Amino acid sequence: MQTLDDIKPSYPLFRMDEYKGTIGRKREKFEEVHDKQKVADTFAWTTTKEYQDLNFKREALTINPAKACQPLGSALCGLGFHKTMVYIHGSQGCVAYFRTYFNRHFKEPIAFIADSMTEDAAVFGGQKNIHEGLANASKLYGAEMIAVSTTCIAEVIGDDLNAFINNAKKEGYIAQEFPVPFAHTPSFVGSHVTGWDNMEEGILRYFTLNAMEGKEPGKNGKINIVPGFETYLGNYRVVKRMLKEMDVSFTMLSDPEEVLDTPADGEFRMYAGGTTMDEVKDAPNAITTFLMQPMGLDKTKKFVENTWNHEVPKLNIPMGVDWTDEWLMKISEVTGKPIPASLTTERGRLMDMITDSHAWLHGKKMAVFGDPDFTLGMVKFLMELGVEPTHVVCHNGSKRWQKQMDKLLASSPYGANGKSYPGADLWHLRSLCFTDKPDFMIGNSYGKFIQRDTFHKGKEFEVPLIRIGFPIFDRHHLHRMTTLGYEGAMYILTTLTNAVLERLDEDTKFLGVTDYNFDLVR
Amino acid sequence: MSKLTREEAQALIQEVLEVYPEKAKKDRAKHLMVNDTSLESSKKCITSNRKSLPGVMTMRGCAYAGSKGVVWGPIKDMISISHGPIGCGQYSRAGRRAYYVGTTGVDTFGDMCFTSDFQEKDIVFGGDKKLTKLMAEIEMLFPLNKGISVQSECPIGLIGDDIEAVSKKVAAEISKPVVPVRCEGFRGVSQSLGHHIANDSVRDWILSNRDGQAFEKTPYDVAILGDYNIGGDAWASRILLEEMGLRVVAQWSGDGTLAEMENTPNVKLNLLHCYRSMNYIARHMEEKYGIPWMEYNFFGPTKIAESLRAIAAHFDDKIKEGAERVIEKYTPIMNAVIAKYKPRLQGKKVMLYIGGLRPRHTIGAYEDLGMEVIGAGYEFAHNDDYDRTIKEMKDATLIYDDATGHELDEFVKALKPDLVGSGIKEKYVYHKMGVPFRQMHSWDYSGPYHGYDGFAIFARDMDMTVNNPCWNMLKAPWLKQDAAALQQAA
Repeated sequence: MQTLDDIKPSYPLFRMDEYKGTIGRKREKFEEVHDKQKVADTFAWTTTKEYQDLNFKREALTINPAKACQPLGSALCGLGFHKTMVYIHGSQGCVAYFRTYFNRHFKEPIAFIADSMTEDAAVFGGQKNIHEGLANASKLYGAEMIAVSTTCIAEVIGDDLNAFINNAKKEGYIAQEFPVPFAHTPSFVGSHVTGWDNMEEGILRYFTLNAMEGKEPGKNGKINIVPGFETYLGNYRVVKRMLKEMDVSFTMLSDPEEVLDTPADGEFRMYAGGTTMDEVKDAPNAITTFLMQPMGLDKTKKFVENTWNHEVPKLNIPMGVDWTDEWLMKISEVTGKPIPASLTTERGRLMDMITDSHAWLHGKKMAVFGDPDFTLGMVKFLMELGVEPTHVVCHNGSKRWQKQMDKLLASSPYGANGKSYPGADLWHLRSLCFTDKPDFMIGNSYGKFIQRDTFHKGKEFEVPLIRIGFPIFDRHHLHRMTTLGYEGAMYILTTLTNAVLERLDEDTKFLGVTDYNFDLVR
Repeated sequence: MSKLTREEAQALIQEVLEVYPEKAKKDRAKHLMVNDTSLESSKKCITSNRKSLPGVMTMRGCAYAGSKGVVWGPIKDMISISHGPIGCGQYSRAGRRAYYVGTTGVDTFGDMCFTSDFQEKDIVFGGDKKLTKLMAEIEMLFPLNKGISVQSECPIGLIGDDIEAVSKKVAAEISKPVVPVRCEGFRGVSQSLGHHIANDSVRDWILSNRDGQAFEKTPYDVAILGDYNIGGDAWASRILLEEMGLRVVAQWSGDGTLAEMENTPNVKLNLLHCYRSMNYIARHMEEKYGIPWMEYNFFGPTKIAESLRAIAAHFDDKIKEGAERVIEKYTPIMNAVIAKYKPRLQGKKVMLYIGGLRPRHTIGAYEDLGMEVIGAGYEFAHNDDYDRTIKEMKDATLIYDDATGHELDEFVKALKPDLVGSGIKEKYVYHKMGVPFRQMHSWDYSGPYHGYDGFAIFARDMDMTVNNPCWNMLKAPWLKQDAAALQQAA
């Protein structure tokens, strides 16, 4: 029973004797649970190499994924444009999920709309929904652009967005001149990363494909930045800051930095910031286009190269030291602007931090999971720190990703024990964490269940999760941090080092037993 | 200006509708009403369970969410397959807080995601073979599972897959229930049809599995239906039922198991908390097995005491005495909780927009704390829910069905409630606006809120949010000064 001065929520409430009693009786009398020993034995079996072999034989079943579907990505992309309403053509439940997913990660309001296809639309096609949906959406939300993408229902029945949207305009449901860029984003192809790429290409195509006259690379003296599926707000900020310090003008092609970080000051803003249509229209005039996450931007790259005639620089995601160096040098090379002293100093500060912390990181084994470019950048930086990446899982990784990852691992002695797993899920990673235990794993919140399971085997088997990635639902405000550039490397370095030190404190805090090593100064 | 007259409330609704195009305005007008407690039926005043308008920001989910997320997902010893593309299973993984105990990955599977991760070839050639193979892989890797359910995502119903045939075949092979559920997201207009479809699939594939088998009954056997154990709600309810002398044979479906579902036809009385999502199976058991059912409400001490007595009325004096004993036992702590929090919450106005039950069921708990619910609405209620709501709400309060973001924002701006209770999609809008907000689907990562123990947490939580200092600090002082100066100048 509760007491007034100590009102207990579920934990520790349910650890009180009366609840242990009721929950225990339920288990014993009504659940027909398996014998305790059988459960324990089966758990032990799931931690073995034998189980891992069976687990890796799976062909049809996916367990605990580390990827999401295309329209989640297209929605994030659309959100980054000025006064743009994200509009999903398909079932409404999908949109409720996308919004919730981003709400939970960013702790921000997310305004997306659906056109709520139901049985009749499944039979007759979704044109009516698009007509009525665009009519309502264009009048209700003060949007200046509506970015349309699809869910799988529309893709399975073969709805033609181009035709439907044109018809909507012809029949007066929405003004002829109202911008409605679109992208087909079937959820049974690729992942959220693909969806981001498709929507980006759709928007660039919409505003520039037939407006290339008089446009030529270099005309506006700017560079374009394509962020890709990027959920760290600090990454938008750090890229802008670095370019500002270099005195380079730029256009961020999808910039949700502000709309995902509006103030609590008494007013709700559905839109804030974002790339304007004029900026998109002017983008072909840039010197060139930089792809921040080049692995996941094939379609955008192709369009930028073929239609805008940009020579897209061959670069890696600017994570860690080398790849940030290369990125800055390339920016400098194409713009003719020197890298300023401020960034050189910043690099120096990062190197200073690395020299300070390297001793706690050198030789630590870390598993990594996440999106293709993220895992590449993270592994690269880990090896620069002397950390040994072990299992590198990329559920939405292709063969091309694997090739690149293997090459990267082979490029450093610290990568010698690393192995790439394209297409693997977190149940695969669970097996790997039991049979070849890393010291830590780096990834999104879903990794916490692997930490729980490994801990269940015993404290010495526990693989603690370091939360860097997307989504992060169970820690607050980490999405505001930075993982790109020198600043991002500082954040990653700080996070990794302190994770190691916290773990050491946890292991050594036993009074009179191990606390000789529970050091004040580390 | 939180208390409106009937005319003012009507005018507010008209004003809020102004922005819509004609067709949408006409439709939305039917979903908004000013409460009239003298009404017996809501039918003439509010339309519900109709399609949401395309392009209008609904908060609703889909049938898959209603089946996989709500009804089936919490059955902890069975494996729910999210059958179709990757997204649905991923988005609905482990976010609902339907608590359970067990060794996850071994004998329970609640916070895991199992999916067939459809690729283009599965759409083109069909997914039945993949489904068959996938079930074999489940059996190999998770031998202690008690059964499987197939939760259909949109494409399944469109590409002509025969998941029923696959399910029957595999069930025979593994000698466990395998339940095909046709909860494709395009079916129906909200989560609600998913609940119904899920209920029907339990009825067709599970409920009669043990008919004719021996079961050691007692005269005091009951089942809890429609409690998803959010933050442990069902446990905080179960303990009271046990204390009054009843035996809780089954929990549907929070912390639920296959065995409990299969044994439910043996109970004396079905206790239904969430009417909206489980009245179907209650009615079926009444028809087929003659088991009576009753709705009850475990939010707040007033409703709990009423419910305990109403439940006891179905049993003998031993149970009736038990109910009184339980009420007496918890009365002092409840009085203490109210004495502490009521002065801090007295007179505060609340607006609610939740799923299918809580907008009406939590009113009593708020009233126990001296708070008043001035607006209530549902994402996916039907008219029988509104019939029940009319009676719980005061006259001239607002009632809204499938409310859009625009409508809620405008109602809140006009009524200026001290607290809004709704979901995560609404939450951050109100944080920006400076309106105290609690998530009332997930209990905002707190709970339980059911039962006496839950009410103490409920009271604590409402107080911490309504009275947190942050709400008065949103405006920068120099802007406040400017506003004051402007006002003075004017």
